[in-house]
Amino acid sequence: MASRIRIRAQLKGDYCEVKALMRHPMETGMRKDQTGASIPANFIEDVQVVHGDTVVMQAYWGAAVSANPFLGVRFKGGTQGDVVKVIWRDNQGATGTGETTIR
Amino acid sequence: MGNLDPLGLTRRGLIRVSGALLVAAALPQKLWSAALRPESVFQTTTLDATFEALGGVPTISEGIIFSAPDIAENGAVVPIRIEVDASVLPGVSKLYVIVEKNPNPVAAVFQVPPNTQPYAETRVKVAQTGNLYAVAEAEGELYMMQRETKVTLGGCGG
Repeated sequence: MASRIRIRAQLKGDYCEVKALMRHPMETGMRKDQTGASIPANFIEDVQVVHGDTVVMQAYWGAAVSANPFLGVRFKGGTQGDVVKVIWRDNQGATGTGETTIR
Repeated sequence: MGNLDPLGLTRRGLIRVSGALLVAAALPQKLWSAALRPESVFQTTTLDATFEALGGVPTISEGIIFSAPDIAENGAVVPIRIEVDASVLPGVSKLYVIVEKNPNPVAAVFQVPPNTQPYAETRVKVAQTGNLYAVAEAEGELYMMQRETKVTLGGCGG
């Protein structure tokens, strides 16, 4: 169920930069396959970046975010070794998570 | 008959309710809920309707640093970055990425908690040459910055 997310969290001065790459087709629902049948919409609707118990970014996405989405955010208050997680959920209910520690 | 409790819940119903509560308790800080996603904002089909759904046409602000390529060879993957200068626009709580010519202009909404920088980076699909807007909501007011991106290969082709 949970597909892997490539994620990196790095301290940069007074903030922590999180970069995450998710694996997802991000289908808009407007494309058709070779037979002319429409390909159902399948895209990430919801993404959270969590530091400890705190949601440091809540994103809502539409189908216009590119396939295999990239997300970059910056938050304050992180220290080296803290766990940072990225969690997504798509419009079909599938989820993915990834975690790393701050470097 | 004997399985009705004083609250009028059946035993089965009670088990179901407590099960749901347990699941909710096991998801700390997970705010997933369809009610929280601003669906109406994602469903608009024109730029005017989008601004209307947001609550008005935003004021142009130099405090929003919006990077998008002038020319995108592949409209399916257009890197964008929004950064708000907090000394010009303090208290940003939301960032929107809007692609004017897409079937649904709103591509992404970022809710920015107080300890998070008003900064977001992602990649979006751009159907055809047109304006991209970065909108910031700060203390209840809307601000924007725009960039024109020329697309040589559409982002929604099949």
